[in-house]
Amino acid sequence: MLQDLTDAEQMALAQCRHAVLGAEQPLSLDCGVDLGPYRVAYQTYGTLNADKTNAILICHPLSCDQFVAERHPVTGKEGWWESLVGPGKVLDPARYFIICVNVLGHCMGSTGPLAREPATGQPWNLRFPVVTIGDMVRAQAALLDHLGIPDLFCVIGGSMGGMQVLEWAATYPDRVFSAVPIACAAHHSAQNIAFHEVGRQAIMADPEWKGGDYRLHQTVPARGLAVARMTAHITYLSEQALQRKFGRALQDRNALGFGFDADFQVESYLRHQGSTFVDRFDANSYLYITRAMDYFDLAGAHGGVLANAFRGSPTRFCLMSFTSDWLFPTRESRTIVHALNAAAANVSFVEVASDKGHDAFLLDEPEMFRTLSGFLKGAAAVRGLKQAA
Amino acid sequence: MTAAIRVDLQLIADMVKPDTRALDVGCGDGALLAYLTNFKRVDARGMELSQAGVNACVASGLSVIQGDADADLQAYPDAAFDYVILSQTLQATREPREVLLQMLRVGKRAIVSFPNFAHWQVRLRMVFGGRMPQTTSLPYKWYDTPNIHLCSIDDFRALCRDMGVRIERAIVLNSKSRPIHMPPLLANVFGEQAVFMLRRD
Repeated sequence: MLQDLTDAEQMALAQCRHAVLGAEQPLSLDCGVDLGPYRVAYQTYGTLNADKTNAILICHPLSCDQFVAERHPVTGKEGWWESLVGPGKVLDPARYFIICVNVLGHCMGSTGPLAREPATGQPWNLRFPVVTIGDMVRAQAALLDHLGIPDLFCVIGGSMGGMQVLEWAATYPDRVFSAVPIACAAHHSAQNIAFHEVGRQAIMADPEWKGGDYRLHQTVPARGLAVARMTAHITYLSEQALQRKFGRALQDRNALGFGFDADFQVESYLRHQGSTFVDRFDANSYLYITRAMDYFDLAGAHGGVLANAFRGSPTRFCLMSFTSDWLFPTRESRTIVHALNAAAANVSFVEVASDKGHDAFLLDEPEMFRTLSGFLKGAAAVRGLKQAA
Repeated sequence: MTAAIRVDLQLIADMVKPDTRALDVGCGDGALLAYLTNFKRVDARGMELSQAGVNACVASGLSVIQGDADADLQAYPDAAFDYVILSQTLQATREPREVLLQMLRVGKRAIVSFPNFAHWQVRLRMVFGGRMPQTTSLPYKWYDTPNIHLCSIDDFRALCRDMGVRIERAIVLNSKSRPIHMPPLLANVFGEQAVFMLRRD
């Protein structure tokens, strides 16, 4: 299963660590399939301390990966959370052992539809079993077992990463000392599913997609994936942010072109977002990861009562949302807060004022940094972690 | 870690036994929470309406959510806390009676402090000034005050009677924030604010 990596995967694996797990004990997926062996690619920053109390797991969102705080091996761009992770930053590798695992089903080295099915030696493509947020988290937990890390000082993530944080806290409460789900929800709403479906349909409507077997045909459903990315990208931004950034400004011209080129800057921007995404993301992976988000329903998995997911939880929670995020609006975070209150869990919640939409959690938001820093300081004091090394 | 907090907060803190669980509703910048956490080892949680207040609290390591007394107490289970504290906030709630009920459901005890609208200065300003009173504990103009349900100490006692709520302690403070010891009738004139500890009968 380790042969025939894509170029992007080869570059990714050359720059990070990986483990092959599940040879003896396969991963029981929610769909009923036993997956094994499977590979998890991950990156770490900092050093695990002697008593193994300083591990922080960062859960990455849909379109990011394990390269949190370094130049990306494929795109050459800086790490997606470098504003937060690095020397002197809130998550300082001098203090914490920071891990980020490429999620199952993704395309940066962990097993997903790009991999080969062990039984047949053929690429899985659409025959890869549908994975869930729960499966991703169980694979991460298996990696921690493999690394000998008993529990995590903190699990932190935004958007789909936040969903994983919630899943971690619900499934492994004793392994999660503190949890920071940012800009997320305990389930995917109808509107969120709808946007994802548009993206998936765009991919599947691309004639180059070939029923998911495009690698066999040596084609790339680039246009479909680009449109999917363009649609999704709109949902990550607020109306104000789009308006402020582009307004009705024209792209490289002084007058309307009376045609269908990218007359407007916003069109050119979206086209650029779409076309660069294709270089680093696999179309089938996109189908699988968006599906995993759609299937996420933490209350549904606990008898319809969200509080049941957190009963007796010893975890300290800190939730954050952003005022202009309409993809995962504040009310979704508040629902989680109420459930945590009902379960008598220790919870803090801050709504950060920002006009940057859902993407705010990836950007330089001093209020978010301050909150996170204070929360971690408080949690570290309770955990008995030494202050700045 | 500073020890000095507002006098009425200190009185509240003194009512809270060490190693208990407390919820401070309307916790502001978290002064009382920090005191209870640091000096009484209380598992103290907070709720605050203002964004600035919440952020300041969480940034200093306190467990605080953004929420308000009217809407967000419902989510907590029965008897989740030993104390639910509401300092200088009852008069700003939409439904003070319902808030008190919720406090006594969520907490085994409720501690409430509020400004006395029957303080002699208030009475003088109303009767002789003919204007809505502005005092040190009620500094707002009528059109910008958040205080929509002001009451006197006697009003509050009457409400407790109606609700069948037992008053375990009542401390009345004068305008210098010193406790005064007077019969209720006089306390309702000379008390500028009051702190009550309640429990359900």
